[in-house]
Amino acid sequence: MIALPGLRAAREAAQLSVQLGITLLGLLAVTFFIGRVVPIDPVLAVVGDQAPRDVYEAVRIELGLDRPVWVQFGLYVQKILSGDFGTSLVTNRAVAEDIIRVFPATLELATLATFIGVLLGVPMGIAGAVWQDRWPDQLVRVLGLVGYSVPIFWLGIIGLLVFYGILGWVAGPGRLGVFFEDVVPTITGVILIDAAIAGEWEVFWNAVSHVVLPSAVLGYFSVAYIARMTRSFMLDQLAQEYVVTARAKGLSEARIIWVHALRNVAVPLITVVALSYARLLEGAVLTETVFAWPGLGRYLTTALLAADMNAVLGSTIVVGAVFVGLNMISDVLYRLMDPRAR
Amino acid sequence: MTDTDWRARLLSDTPASRRQARLGQAYRGWLQFQRNRLALLGLGIVLALVLLAALAPLVAPHDPYAQNLARRLLAPSATHWLGTDEFGRDVLSRLLYGARITLMIVVLVALIAAPIGLIVGTASGYLGGAVDAVLMRITDIFLAFPSLILALAFVAALGPGIENAIIAIALTSWPPYARIARAETLTIRNSDYIAVARIQGASTPRILFGHVMPLCTSSLIVRVTLDMAGIILTAAGLGFLGLGAQPPMAEWGAMVSSGRRYILDQWWVATIPGLAIFIVSLGFNLLGDGLRDVLDPRKS
Repeated sequence: MIALPGLRAAREAAQLSVQLGITLLGLLAVTFFIGRVVPIDPVLAVVGDQAPRDVYEAVRIELGLDRPVWVQFGLYVQKILSGDFGTSLVTNRAVAEDIIRVFPATLELATLATFIGVLLGVPMGIAGAVWQDRWPDQLVRVLGLVGYSVPIFWLGIIGLLVFYGILGWVAGPGRLGVFFEDVVPTITGVILIDAAIAGEWEVFWNAVSHVVLPSAVLGYFSVAYIARMTRSFMLDQLAQEYVVTARAKGLSEARIIWVHALRNVAVPLITVVALSYARLLEGAVLTETVFAWPGLGRYLTTALLAADMNAVLGSTIVVGAVFVGLNMISDVLYRLMDPRAR
Repeated sequence: MTDTDWRARLLSDTPASRRQARLGQAYRGWLQFQRNRLALLGLGIVLALVLLAALAPLVAPHDPYAQNLARRLLAPSATHWLGTDEFGRDVLSRLLYGARITLMIVVLVALIAAPIGLIVGTASGYLGGAVDAVLMRITDIFLAFPSLILALAFVAALGPGIENAIIAIALTSWPPYARIARAETLTIRNSDYIAVARIQGASTPRILFGHVMPLCTSSLIVRVTLDMAGIILTAAGLGFLGLGAQPPMAEWGAMVSSGRRYILDQWWVATIPGLAIFIVSLGFNLLGDGLRDVLDPRKS
């Protein structure tokens, strides 16, 4: 990788961070709007409709609702930036604390699903491009079509029915069996890693049998998306002149595909993988509900059903920020790896 | 007029009237569309959905809301083709009535979101400058959220219910339409016929509504059709989480959710509505792909 001329790199970095700042501010504007403007009376949402007049007034002033909207927004941004998401009505703890506690479970699921997506999706996409319009290609197409059409929660339920209910190959809902709860100390929050560190292999394998099905269901969507994109990138590359040259030189087809073309496919693929990772966070909301997986998605839905707005908006901000961050990272990586994008 | 006569008239290279030209164009599109067998299958599924939704009261064998606890969780049989649910309601009848809800959600979301996107996009592309910068920033911010999460947050503020779910989904699905409409507008804003209209003294709204928007519609229709599957899945997801249609409404996502508890013993209660969601969104996806090939040949 050639170092960029210092000045240009600095300018680009400045541009990117301004863009990032505006997007994140916009994100907060949307959650602010949802939290303060959409409810008919935010004070009633806090005190309930039986509260006496003076309590109502006190809360109104405490929430800053007597001030101009833009001052309220400024205060809101300040609060969020200092890591104060308010207190959850359900757990009675700081929302930020709750999110830190539940996030590793979601991360574990999404990361495993992405691994599945890359390990299966990339070879399948390549096969689809190499044997265009033959059965591997049709398979990729069908997989993609089903992936875009199937409700993820339904797929999860079918998975539970078949692999847990009928075949008994995997463990049921939840993250660990009852007997394995709280056996290993929490270090990273990711049970697979924590159990491995503690050397508790029984816990480890129990956790594996719980995580296999939800991560496979989530991973399926990743496989469908990554395979489809890999196929189209690979087709583009195989039509390039350098491939013709390589063939004319007498290189083996395997070498052309796996060494020459794949290197060029890898660059746009990074963006695709980052995007699919971000989309998995979304899929996790439904998957976690089906599998009773104690992650951010389940935290969000529990909060929703209890009308716990602080927790809902806090989770929304975190998911949105991660989404924006992943997009930004993939953009930066793309620029670094593809000289034409500089 | 014989068969070949009207075909020749439709395919004529020298149409005598504007109507003949338009019909001819549509006919050529149809000829191309019907060669794609999968697209025809998609069209068939969507038409079947519309038909079954319209005729639900006539074809449904039972009352979808009539409870009969003595006949709960029955397996599929001659009287209840798809079995009964936990309140003894006929699953097939609920499925047919649920088609109405699914269709209503899709149509309403499209009717709300597409015009918003069209107006924002064409105004942004045609006016340019500060208007463009501001509108596109707002669009980008909405695109920065995963749509299901944003819809969830809106529903949380508005309160659960099918109307609010529709509003929430519409509020999260317009940004791509704005992007498409803007891109189309940029390619036509400097063309001669727009300049002529402007010289003739047409006002900006007149140019936008009369001359720019009609040209954006075909790519928008394709995109909306392709998005319908996504809308159905999001709506079903909201229903599944208990935030969309409320009981006893026969919404498919909510039906999956309530049948979930019985999945290991009475599999049909949860799996069948889910299968319906799958088939219908597959239909919209196939139809959308076919329409794209006909209406938008550049992107295929």
